[in-house]
Amino acid sequence: MGLLDTLKRIEPDKKESPFLHTLFDGFFTFAYAPNSVAKGGTHIKDGIDLKRTMVLVVLAMQLCYVFGSINIGHQHFAALGQYPGFVQGLHLKLAYGLVKLLPIFAVTHLVGLGIEFWYAAKKGHAIEEGFLVSGALIPLIMPPDIPLLWLGFAVAFAVIIGKEAFGGTGMNILNVALLARVFIFFAYPTTISGDEVWVAGLAKPEAGAMVEYGAIFTGFFNPLFEALGFTSLFNPEATVIDGYTAATPLSLAYQGGWENVTRVYSESQMWWGAIPGSIGETSKPLILAGAGILIATGIASWRIMLSMFVGAAVMAMLLNAWDATPFMSVPWYYQFWMGSFFFAMAFMATDPVTAASTNRGKIIYGFLIGFVGMIIRVLNPAYPEGWMLAILFMNVFAPLIDHYVLEANVTRRLNRAQA
Amino acid sequence: MKNNTLYTFLVALFMFSSNSVFAASSASGSSILNLALWAIAILIIFFLIIQVSDNLIRIEAKDAGIDEKNKAGLSLFPSLSGLFSPKMPDYVGGAPVHILKAGHDIVLEGAAEKTIRSGAATTYAVLPQNFIGISPIPKVTVAVGDEVKAGDVVCFDKKRPDVKYVAPVSGEVIAVNRGAKRSIKEIVILADKEINYKSITPVDLATASREELVNFLLENGAWAMIRQRPFGIVPDAADVPKDVFISTFDSAPLAPDLNLVVEGKGAAFQKGLDVLGKLTTGQVHLGLNAASDSAPSSVFTNATGVKKNWFHGKHPAGNVGIQIHHISPIAGNDKVWTLGVQEVITIGKLFTEGKFDASRIVALTGAETASPAYVNTYQGANIGALIGEINENVRLVSGDVLSGKEKTKEEFMDFYDDQITTIKEGNEYEMFGWLAPIDARPSVSQTFLSGLADITYEANTNTHGEKRAFVVTGQYEKVLPMDIYPQHLMKAIIVNDFERMEGLGINELVEEDVALCEFACTSKQPLQQILREGLEVMREQA
Repeated sequence: MGLLDTLKRIEPDKKESPFLHTLFDGFFTFAYAPNSVAKGGTHIKDGIDLKRTMVLVVLAMQLCYVFGSINIGHQHFAALGQYPGFVQGLHLKLAYGLVKLLPIFAVTHLVGLGIEFWYAAKKGHAIEEGFLVSGALIPLIMPPDIPLLWLGFAVAFAVIIGKEAFGGTGMNILNVALLARVFIFFAYPTTISGDEVWVAGLAKPEAGAMVEYGAIFTGFFNPLFEALGFTSLFNPEATVIDGYTAATPLSLAYQGGWENVTRVYSESQMWWGAIPGSIGETSKPLILAGAGILIATGIASWRIMLSMFVGAAVMAMLLNAWDATPFMSVPWYYQFWMGSFFFAMAFMATDPVTAASTNRGKIIYGFLIGFVGMIIRVLNPAYPEGWMLAILFMNVFAPLIDHYVLEANVTRRLNRAQA
Repeated sequence: MKNNTLYTFLVALFMFSSNSVFAASSASGSSILNLALWAIAILIIFFLIIQVSDNLIRIEAKDAGIDEKNKAGLSLFPSLSGLFSPKMPDYVGGAPVHILKAGHDIVLEGAAEKTIRSGAATTYAVLPQNFIGISPIPKVTVAVGDEVKAGDVVCFDKKRPDVKYVAPVSGEVIAVNRGAKRSIKEIVILADKEINYKSITPVDLATASREELVNFLLENGAWAMIRQRPFGIVPDAADVPKDVFISTFDSAPLAPDLNLVVEGKGAAFQKGLDVLGKLTTGQVHLGLNAASDSAPSSVFTNATGVKKNWFHGKHPAGNVGIQIHHISPIAGNDKVWTLGVQEVITIGKLFTEGKFDASRIVALTGAETASPAYVNTYQGANIGALIGEINENVRLVSGDVLSGKEKTKEEFMDFYDDQITTIKEGNEYEMFGWLAPIDARPSVSQTFLSGLADITYEANTNTHGEKRAFVVTGQYEKVLPMDIYPQHLMKAIIVNDFERMEGLGINELVEEDVALCEFACTSKQPLQQILREGLEVMREQA
């Protein structure tokens, strides 16, 4: 217990330096489960706590992180016509992806956790774990070239206005990660919509455009890879190839239906996720694996996931029946091949704080997200994706859904009294 | 009902037609997927037609009154609950069983061996604060040094002087200990070697009026054996309960086996049931366990004058509150009574033997108990004397680990308890204990691999995490087999909205019912404490 004693000795005083104490407490309880014992109620407590719950969610999205970092590089090189196989030039793709992803991750956590720590110190309570998940989600739902300053603004907005203003973890009405994204979506729309933003490192996704490599690639990675014996290196002379389009499947579908999509992307490519998009939302099997972990451990609600799928499918079928635009005529099951439906379903809609909190309410809540989200995706002329707005919209309505479910319970009890 | 069916049908038809439009428009591809979708759609429409007609048959049957008992009798389909319900053991004899899906059994080390020793306690105590709502300083009618017989009155509440609290054993009153704010904490009696009973002439059950019977029970200390829902208090003498409920099994961790407890006391138990039957305008309900390997004691299964209700489920299926909810839920201003099996026997013995016999068979349990077994003693026994030597850093609990009270060796068992549990204190830091614990720990969540194995846990009192705001939803519902939303009820209590509390069913609950929810809580919220605060608010309002 030498380490424990050392740590206890350096613990800052709570009164003299509350911020340092909070910081210490946060990291200390992370390293050591506290020695507190049950008082006054049950004498044993379940092994699960909020840290374990939150970290399991973060672990469930690690596959998306791995795939996302490679895919940033893959999309970049696809635009240059280099390394067409997904694992070709893996070291370059990974290096490129990490150079893009790590700053996003770092800024998100510095800003978000910094604000969390500051509020915790100010209010004199322990650091709550909510931002572990929000902080892990935010990088996955950003385009790879997001300007870091704006990302910082967005995270600060989401944490302060979205969460701390309502009282912190467990009290927020809107999903914090989505709030960060929607902030960028409305404040800096050009960085997060359109065809240009989903592939990193290009001045313009047009044929002949020059690639932009910073000194870190030419001055650090190239010599490093050379020393390690790789022959393939970052080529600062490369240009975007002829006929390249950075359009996402959704915008292609919006323009010309499913045929237009399959001209550019194959079905398996879309399913496995080697397509442009937000960093972590492209690979369906890996997201579903994460969803499987969440369902198996009982952390996320299968009710929300299932009913959201059904809601989206029903709306897509109805749109198929309507069949007025090319996008509406995309077969309903192919709607799930495109866009970020599964990511929203597995990680966003299931946030227990902002979702409906009754089991019956969860089914209604999930269904309506699927239903409304598909409407937004297909009928919205400006932006062919709907889950972010649909989830935020239903976040607002979740308490109302719960209210009616609870009222039904109250009425059942009243009826019993009258019977 | 018909409207609902029709509505469902129309919606389904609409969905199907939209589906077929899509299928027709893309059938040119004639892929296997399309064909499969067509096939599924056709199957669904057939199923829907059959389902609708089946529902119509059932509705007709219900209207005609020929389908009263067997709800699925005229249906083409076997009822879902019939298909998926576990097979009931033979001893149930085909009687209807309440199957409770929610719940969780916590399997701990230190179950009591099925042998009964005689208890060696020399001191016993009446603890007035065991009775919820009693004034902090009740009138003590004995003084230190007085000799009392078992059944002699030792104290009563000045607000309700008719309810008498009596000595469980005979002997000398050696102390009246006071707790916080000079409240009476315990009235301690040094027991005689041979217990002398106050001689009691029981009223004749066949001829006595209800009033005479009530006065007899009040006078002889038997009234305190009864607890009333809502609130879990000793009932008012003027109240007539809607029903009386007795659970004949305890599903709490390491709980005593009541079949063993009741052995050889069938006559007294039956007499107690008869007495209770006289006191209620409704019925006396027994809750029996249909989830055990062996049949319940014949004392329970052969009891007469009562309604027997079978329950199959994990803890808290044995809690009488859960059973009430499924038999005849408390509604409006209903008041019902609940009793433990041993309390019924004490009431019965007033009539069969003419004495106040507060003998109790207590289970000594827990991983830290030297030899876990049953012990024959009396109500309010000294805990240290029963449990013997224990190691340091061990917690003593009167009751089970979920809803029992922490005690020291010098203190006494609570009035309604029939179990003492020992459990190791968990006051140690553990490196990354929240992520990768060294030892297996019980959990309702499915996040521990050890949950897949059949493990007997050696739990400790560590909280395994810090208190947080309510974050996770739906986890209480998983372990509370009632039509109640515990988290919303708790929030209503916290904001002191008593209309909402009542509406969401606070009157159906006492602490032991939400104890498993408190155990399971990710945010480590003190649900039992919150619930009691709410119940106190409700009691003041009533």
